[in-house]
Amino acid sequence: MATADQLRRRAQQRKFMIQAVVVAVIFLSIWSAVSSAQTNLTALGITSGFGFLERATGWGYSFSLIERSIDDTYARTLTIGFLNTLFLGTLCIVLSTIVGFLVGSIRDSTNLALQTLSTTFIQFFRNIPLILQVVFWYALLIHMPGPRQAMSLVDMVFLSNRGLMVPMFNLPVTAALGVGLASAAIAALLFWMRISLAKAVILWLVGTALSIAVACFALIPAGEPIVSIPALKGLRFRGGLELSIELLAMIIAIVLYSSAYIAEVVRGGLAEVPRGLTEAGQALGMSSRAIWLQIRLPMALRSIIPPLGNQWIFVMKATTVGVAIGFSDLFMIVSTSITQSGQTLELIAILMGAFLLVNFTLAQLVNLLNARLQLKGH
Amino acid sequence: MQASATTTTQRPPDRLFEQLRRRAFASTFDTVVSIVVFGTLGYLVWLAIDWAVIRAVWSVDDVGQCGQGNTGACWSVIDARHRLILFGLYPYEQHWRSTLACVAIIATIVLSCLSVFWTARRLSTLWIIGFAAYYLLMDGSLIGLQQVTTDQWGGLSLTLFLFASVVLLGMPMGLGLALMRRSEMPVIRLVATLLIDFIRSLPLLTTLFTAAVVVPILLPDWLQGDKIWRVILAFALFFACYQAEVFRGGFQAIPKGQFEAGKALGLGYWTILFDIVLPQVFRHALPSTINMVVVTFKETAIVIIIGFFEILASANAAFGTGEWAPYYLEVYVFVGTIYWIFIFSLGQYGEYLKEYIKSGSR
Repeated sequence: MATADQLRRRAQQRKFMIQAVVVAVIFLSIWSAVSSAQTNLTALGITSGFGFLERATGWGYSFSLIERSIDDTYARTLTIGFLNTLFLGTLCIVLSTIVGFLVGSIRDSTNLALQTLSTTFIQFFRNIPLILQVVFWYALLIHMPGPRQAMSLVDMVFLSNRGLMVPMFNLPVTAALGVGLASAAIAALLFWMRISLAKAVILWLVGTALSIAVACFALIPAGEPIVSIPALKGLRFRGGLELSIELLAMIIAIVLYSSAYIAEVVRGGLAEVPRGLTEAGQALGMSSRAIWLQIRLPMALRSIIPPLGNQWIFVMKATTVGVAIGFSDLFMIVSTSITQSGQTLELIAILMGAFLLVNFTLAQLVNLLNARLQLKGH
Repeated sequence: MQASATTTTQRPPDRLFEQLRRRAFASTFDTVVSIVVFGTLGYLVWLAIDWAVIRAVWSVDDVGQCGQGNTGACWSVIDARHRLILFGLYPYEQHWRSTLACVAIIATIVLSCLSVFWTARRLSTLWIIGFAAYYLLMDGSLIGLQQVTTDQWGGLSLTLFLFASVVLLGMPMGLGLALMRRSEMPVIRLVATLLIDFIRSLPLLTTLFTAAVVVPILLPDWLQGDKIWRVILAFALFFACYQAEVFRGGFQAIPKGQFEAGKALGLGYWTILFDIVLPQVFRHALPSTINMVVVTFKETAIVIIIGFFEILASANAAFGTGEWAPYYLEVYVFVGTIYWIFIFSLGQYGEYLKEYIKSGSR
């Protein structure tokens, strides 16, 4: 019979051996992968390394926020792809959160009609794959009439197979980016000031409007119109802001799909608020709006934020579906770069690194928000 | 039991119009909202029925009536092309095999919803049999039929194949990862944690793309296998990383004392795990697992981008030829309906199960 000490030592040795084998297997796999990569890449005549980033690409793509040409370097093209992903992701996160909260709160109302509306919305858009919704909206938009027969709303907004034309402040793109940054900075500032949510939202809207006004005042030369309205000149529209059909299809599909999920999260969060709290509010004579804004929503937010954060990360990842309809997000730029340059390993590393960075940042932001919203003293 | 009995006596079931009055027409505001919302919804439903049923053209022989002033749906395209959508490029005279294979997978899914099959052994036997039936029928070479290789599989049958193999492979992988993540050995724990967090931070498309395009560079020739199997393995790994977190939630619900009690009785690690802990973990994890399975079914559509001819790709092909090109809407509605029915019923079943488990643990 072995003593307890011997048994313990044996178990320890076994555990050590298992871990040593795992480490050895991992190192062997890496070594084998590196050596295979070397043989395969030499056979294909590809020099590895990031030198290709300085080369011109020589190909075009559908969408960019900033100036681009086919002579851009790979580095610049990839940056544009990354910006597109960030832009589409952020826009969809903001829009789907707003729509999701609306639909989810409607589901919480006592009115049967509103409940039916919300349930229909959720069950309809949540149960069809995102990519199918994307190609559906894209197919629908591409079959719209041409610019000459464009559908118009009071002659200011036009929808054609070229995209959606909307009136826009007569500002250059860089100024728009500046306004966006200012708006984000205001949001961050309000976040740290720890004032009530309703006040923060109102102050944020006012601050954003102010920064737009300042930009218009400073950057638009006297005599130029402040708002540029799209108008048909020849075969295409001039002026205003053009949202291409790729971008439009992505926004519609992601926002509908994701807001259905967020609505479900919001509904669940509101349902978890104890009935007693609502009744306490009623006993204090609070109006039903005050009960909702000051009791139910703040209480529900605590259980809503963590799954909401997961959904935000999902939206960022979902932008990759854009490749199906030719929206030039980072994934599409990377996969085109791979076919054109053959620098597979480097490009995949860039793609993965970019997504790890974005999702890690987003997760940290959600953690901050979560910490900020926790009940004080808990 | 006691609690539910009291609630029934306190709140007798109202008559229908009583309910309606209370929930939709309680105040003037409610009445206005109800009329507007129900009116709009009713109008939309009417538009849909009008388009899809009343003014629709059904048969391929009547295709001449489509278009030209007729604004209803033209289901002729489905009549003519449904085999392409459902079975892809599978040889036409062998389509009965594809049909039977799809039935095998659907039957497997339906059967695993019955509580009779809810033990690990029965469930895994059921899925292995269902999957084997699918594979034998589709491939055919092992049961003396004409061999049809995977590159000819397509449409709904390929979607179901991807789904079934991802779940079948991913489930044990997920359990393994969950066990590794709670292992006492730091290296094992670290490896599992890093892998899970890494895969979960990346879009599925990136993982699948890596498996399809990058792995061939990293692996020696003899290890590469078919592209479809590489993609299925990567998809299964993705599923496993999410499922591992679901299992982890299940493990956290089990009191530590149960493991210790088992150890005190002199039971080994695996006995404690399989006979005491896992049955409870599965029970706790069941609703989230169903949710994962539903999400996986939806996500299979993404393999179209990696170049597989699944149902969305075959749908695109169905209206890809000149004569059917105007009827893209009908094809997307058809495919969307198939997806919707699958996903909605699985989702509703998950909701029912959540309630069932909640009431069982009371």
